[in-house]
Amino acid sequence: MNRTFKASVVENKKLINNHYLITLNPAVKIRKPKPGNFFMVAVDTGLDPLLKRPFSVHRWIDGNFQLLYRVVGKGTKILSEKKPGNVLDILGPLGKGFPAPKKNRQVILVAGGLGVAPVFSMAENIKNRAPLLFYGTKTKKSLLLIDEFRSLGIDPTVSTDDGSFGTKGNIINVLKRYLTRNSLPVTRYVLYACGPEVMLHALSHLATEYKLKGYIAMEQNMACGIGTCLGCVVKTRKGHKRVCKEGPVFPIEEIVWD
Amino acid sequence: MPKKKNIDLKVQIGKLKLKNPVMTASGTFGYGDEYAEFVDLNTLGAIVVKGLSLKPKQGNPPPRIVETPSGMLNAIGLQNIGINSFIKKKMPFLRECKTRVIANFFGDTIDEYVKAAEKLSSVNGIDALEMNISCPNKQSGWIIFGTDPKVTYKVISAVRNSTNLPLIVKLSPNVTDISHMARVAEDAGADALSLINTLSGMAVDIQTRKPKLANITGGLSGPAIKPVAIRMVWECSKKVNIPIIGMGGIISSDDAIEFLIAGASAVAIGTANFIHPGITAEIIKGIRNYMSSKGISSVKEISGSIKC
Repeated sequence: MNRTFKASVVENKKLINNHYLITLNPAVKIRKPKPGNFFMVAVDTGLDPLLKRPFSVHRWIDGNFQLLYRVVGKGTKILSEKKPGNVLDILGPLGKGFPAPKKNRQVILVAGGLGVAPVFSMAENIKNRAPLLFYGTKTKKSLLLIDEFRSLGIDPTVSTDDGSFGTKGNIINVLKRYLTRNSLPVTRYVLYACGPEVMLHALSHLATEYKLKGYIAMEQNMACGIGTCLGCVVKTRKGHKRVCKEGPVFPIEEIVWD
Repeated sequence: MPKKKNIDLKVQIGKLKLKNPVMTASGTFGYGDEYAEFVDLNTLGAIVVKGLSLKPKQGNPPPRIVETPSGMLNAIGLQNIGINSFIKKKMPFLRECKTRVIANFFGDTIDEYVKAAEKLSSVNGIDALEMNISCPNKQSGWIIFGTDPKVTYKVISAVRNSTNLPLIVKLSPNVTDISHMARVAEDAGADALSLINTLSGMAVDIQTRKPKLANITGGLSGPAIKPVAIRMVWECSKKVNIPIIGMGGIISSDDAIEFLIAGASAVAIGTANFIHPGITAEIIKGIRNYMSSKGISSVKEISGSIKC
């Protein structure tokens, strides 16, 4: 199935400050993306911005897909101005997604900030496994998808940096307290996480400390999305690996942090 | 304007015959196989593979790329799988492609260049070599091979003596007078020139005041550099008698034709492959359409046809 296609904008909705949810309808049948997969989106047809931008898949609904994004620069600003009916050039789905959890494992989802986009996709996929969700953001106003998680039967454990919602502080500490109080053997848990690098780094320390296994979705600047520009590498125990090809999802113990 | 049915896209780069003038620029097309699902590789004039060294290279730490207006900076650091793995893992696929395979290579020392050239020359299915001289020379204080004319001459002639394959030298634009370097390369025995490699550049994050690339500086590519590349192709084409492969920001057949008119015999598509993985085939089609609409029968008629 060809992975280069055009898709028309069905809806491009502002959720909260700077955060948008875009629904895209592919002009041709495309492969159903897995949680953790991503699409390269050309926000415009001109020369500036030049490159497509990677966005992880948020939801797949009856052949349409949704991307959740934050306006951070020129490209995402242009994307936020797209109207229903506008057509975008897209490449994907790309990359290795989250693997399915083994039977009998208690899934712990960990999301930080916009990392909630692919984590939600994973939650939706495994909702019958009663996953736990630990979700941290800066402030109450930047929380996303709380109702949507609840409708999947997941009650999120939330922390905010300023304490305006849930526990004050970072979500990894909240998770740590949960683990110290909890009686399941650590081998019964499996982590699935996406969020800012600082959060993933802290999570990897926690995983080492508690001997937890799991998977994290990494981010990196990239030009092509198909493994040839070699721009998106991250340091791993087996040398540089490409986020677009060997990732974006990596076993948590594989990443080497600076 | 009369339309001609027989369009001849064939070009010759020294002894190397290509079915059309459109090649891929090294470092933007992997080892070819990554693009097979997006473009019929058999339609390409040539595939120039990612730069190879004797031993595999890990490259620079990330972040390695950053987008800039109409372009991008990269500091990949010549990451590659090494010549041995390339021969074993990638050549079986490339050998089956009905196109020319050009192996781009580099070294840290003249000796490494020679050994790499010798090794690649013995491989069945490699049709030509492209030397990257835009890398630092370990033996002379990491000065770029391609910026010191004496070293440039020395390394090219050493490689020339170690291969019978057509030898293409990819020139660095980061010099005062590229046409002088072009003459040096020709004198040293190059069969053709590729120009231009990326322009040295830099970008800074004003919030953190840190360079946007871990390597601090990187190579600028994309449409932003096209006018510089066209000028350099034009200047060099007047000074040398060997063919020039023009590259630098080509993203359409119009761009490719511009390079041909300015003096290139063939062109290579680089950064555009990242944006539109099927672009090479579209550019070939576009050149054909241009020739057809202008009544041009051979693409060779376009090369160097600039009126000035």
